[in-house]
Amino acid sequence: MKKNDLILIMVILVLGAAALIYMNVSKESGSKVRVIVKQEEFQSFDLEENIEYTIEGENGAWNTFVIKDGYVDMIDASCPDKLCVSQKNIHYDHETIVCLPNQVVLEIVDGEENPIDSIVN
Amino acid sequence: MKSKKTALYGLLVALAFILSYIETLIPFPVMPGIKIGLANLVVITALYGMGSKEAFVLSLIRIILVGFTFGNLSTMLYSLAGGLLSWLVMVLSKKRKWFSMVGVSVLGGVSHNIGQIIVAILTVNNVYIITYLPILLITGVVTGAFIGLLAALILKRIKNLF
Repeated sequence: MKKNDLILIMVILVLGAAALIYMNVSKESGSKVRVIVKQEEFQSFDLEENIEYTIEGENGAWNTFVIKDGYVDMIDASCPDKLCVSQKNIHYDHETIVCLPNQVVLEIVDGEENPIDSIVN
Repeated sequence: MKSKKTALYGLLVALAFILSYIETLIPFPVMPGIKIGLANLVVITALYGMGSKEAFVLSLIRIILVGFTFGNLSTMLYSLAGGLLSWLVMVLSKKRKWFSMVGVSVLGGVSHNIGQIIVAILTVNNVYIITYLPILLITGVVTGAFIGLLAALILKRIKNLF
């Protein structure tokens, strides 16, 4: 291992960590979740609702998500890898849950700061 | 092609294939997309022991085999994007001679993740998927360094095989 290797490792680690910290500091609560199927907006849901919803796609593809206490989480899906189900729940502006095989994206939108969050801050 | 080289190709393809399979058995609960990149052990060893062209062929055959066996066309597309970008970056950074195998492997791991993120962004046409990149950069560095260190040890012991 050369000195250059260590420099490279440090530079990428610092870049990654800086980006993570920036994202964490600048995140704002969202108010809606957009459901996008095959690059087209399918429907929007308010984060204040508490619902369970199943998106039905072509060829029997489906994804089920829940909205609970302002957090959106994918709980089951027809895709083989179920990577979307293992992604963590989302709440903040621009956070996404992606199911690549079914081409389903859940995206949080509208960064108006939640009044409760403002008080806590 | 000499018969020795044919046999070597067969051996390495089989090895890369098995390592890919082992990789599918290791669950990563933190986040999808995080992988150790075990198969890259074979690719980077071939890159140093045989050459760029040989590493490319190995990587391509592995991706196609693994895609048909354990995945589908969509997962194959991601593997291709990651595998080819990572191969290109490793070849170029090896030529530059700035880094040892560890640095080259780190760049390979990181560029593999970047390639997959690019395809994901294009597939679902949503640029915010890039928010997954920082964590994938960090894990790519760690696994890339691990694979690079291991590959250097392996190469030292099997040098006379090539």
